[in-house]
Amino acid sequence: MLVHSRGARWAVWAVFLVLFLPLFALPLLVVLGASFATHWSSVLPSGLTTAHYEAATRGEALQALTTSLVTATTASLLALATGTWAALAAAALKRRHRKALDALFVLPLAVPSVVVGLATLVAFSQPPMLLNGTRWIVIIAHSVLVTAFAHQSVSAALARLDPAYEQAAASLGATPAYVLWRVKLPLLLPSLTAAAGLCFALSMGELSATMMLYPPDWTPLPVLIYAATDRGALFTGSAVAVVLMTATLLVLLAVSRIRTRASYR
Amino acid sequence: MAVLALVFLYPLALVVRQSFQPDTGGTSLEPYTDVFASSAFREALWTTVWLAVAATAGCLVLGFVLALVIAFVPFPGARAVSRFIDVFLSFPSFLITLALLFIYGTVGMANGAWTDLTGADQGPFQFLTTPWGVLLAEITYFTPFVMRPLLAAFSQLDPGQLEAASSLGARAPRIVRRIILPEALPALAAGGSLVLVLCLNEFGIVLFTGAKGVTTLPTLVYGKAILESDYPGACVVAVVNVLISVGLYGLYRVVSRRAGA
Repeated sequence: MLVHSRGARWAVWAVFLVLFLPLFALPLLVVLGASFATHWSSVLPSGLTTAHYEAATRGEALQALTTSLVTATTASLLALATGTWAALAAAALKRRHRKALDALFVLPLAVPSVVVGLATLVAFSQPPMLLNGTRWIVIIAHSVLVTAFAHQSVSAALARLDPAYEQAAASLGATPAYVLWRVKLPLLLPSLTAAAGLCFALSMGELSATMMLYPPDWTPLPVLIYAATDRGALFTGSAVAVVLMTATLLVLLAVSRIRTRASYR
Repeated sequence: MAVLALVFLYPLALVVRQSFQPDTGGTSLEPYTDVFASSAFREALWTTVWLAVAATAGCLVLGFVLALVIAFVPFPGARAVSRFIDVFLSFPSFLITLALLFIYGTVGMANGAWTDLTGADQGPFQFLTTPWGVLLAEITYFTPFVMRPLLAAFSQLDPGQLEAASSLGARAPRIVRRIILPEALPALAAGGSLVLVLCLNEFGIVLFTGAKGVTTLPTLVYGKAILESDYPGACVVAVVNVLISVGLYGLYRVVSRRAGA
């Protein structure tokens, strides 16, 4: 306990609340409040309505929600597969090669996502791979962006794995494929699901690369929110944003349930 | 490995190649000289750098104070707050700007309260479309990125040290300065450089404020490529942006490895 007197402790807590509430809690509450309102020109929103939600769960917005969900799921699965594969492969390499591979895989973290979008656009708008205007270009860009996170968390978990398990399995006559499937992957499952949740959340909220790439028939939710706020429909935009947050949180919750069940096994 | 090369390195290489190819054809340094000569580019570069540095400084101070309170002056609900910060990280950045529009926008909460109270027809909060609005949004969004490593570092600090110091008569500011700050420096450095890189690359926040006067390098890339269809110019800006942030990210890796050692 750093501060002993009661008065000083209350003062510190008051400062904390003054800093914390307006900065972090207020934005989320405000978006939530605005999504139910039709006017907001004084302290509290007025004209309470659920019409924005009716608009946000129908037609264009519903399509955007499914688009986002499909994109995020596909991108996270792809990123998880390549990230895990690379982490497993890197673990088998020599130290110097492993470092080079690690550096290569975290590079997408440092490169601005707008540039990743631009690069994907430039590369896939010309032969041999003509993907511009299809949904695949968005999915590819998302996978590239989140692969770095998947790779990082899987390779961190791999480094903490006790090699005695796989050595024991191998000494009992298990083939490498069997060791991978029955020993390594089950042990890695908690970190795999955590990585999947992270990738999913990132891909759901990804705006910058998507803005560079999205074809008219494949608009994810963030782009729709931007379009709504850009033409002044702030309240509809915030209702769609609440839908986006809720969808992300629900999926994260589901993923964390998988994790707890796996760690009991 | 081959997959990554195909979908990531190959496109990047094409960007670099295109940055040397002006619309007239051939290979030259012309796009570079054009872009470097334009005042829009220099302004964007300057805005990007000072916004990122200022936001990082703000995040470090704010994150340090908040993490200090959560870790060492715990109150009921402190655990819930740190859980809340984890959730905060998984939301997209533009939500913050959206919320700030409601709070400080021209007809938002703060201005509305002011006009109700004083009867003036305009509120005092008109900073949202200036760089200060972007700065506020970036500090809000990125502070949790500093707080997470800090909280992790604080949880490894031996409370016995603090108790020994305070039983020897050291007051709270002195304990913070002499014991907690040295212990937290690696975490601060790692979190700070991560935030610096992320701020340099931030796009959603700047786009959502709709601030015409605020152009950073990522929005310049977007504007040049999509709105003006000037691909060589966009590629030049992209190359510059990549060089800055990859350089800084390399620094971050070095710093955080040293912190881990």
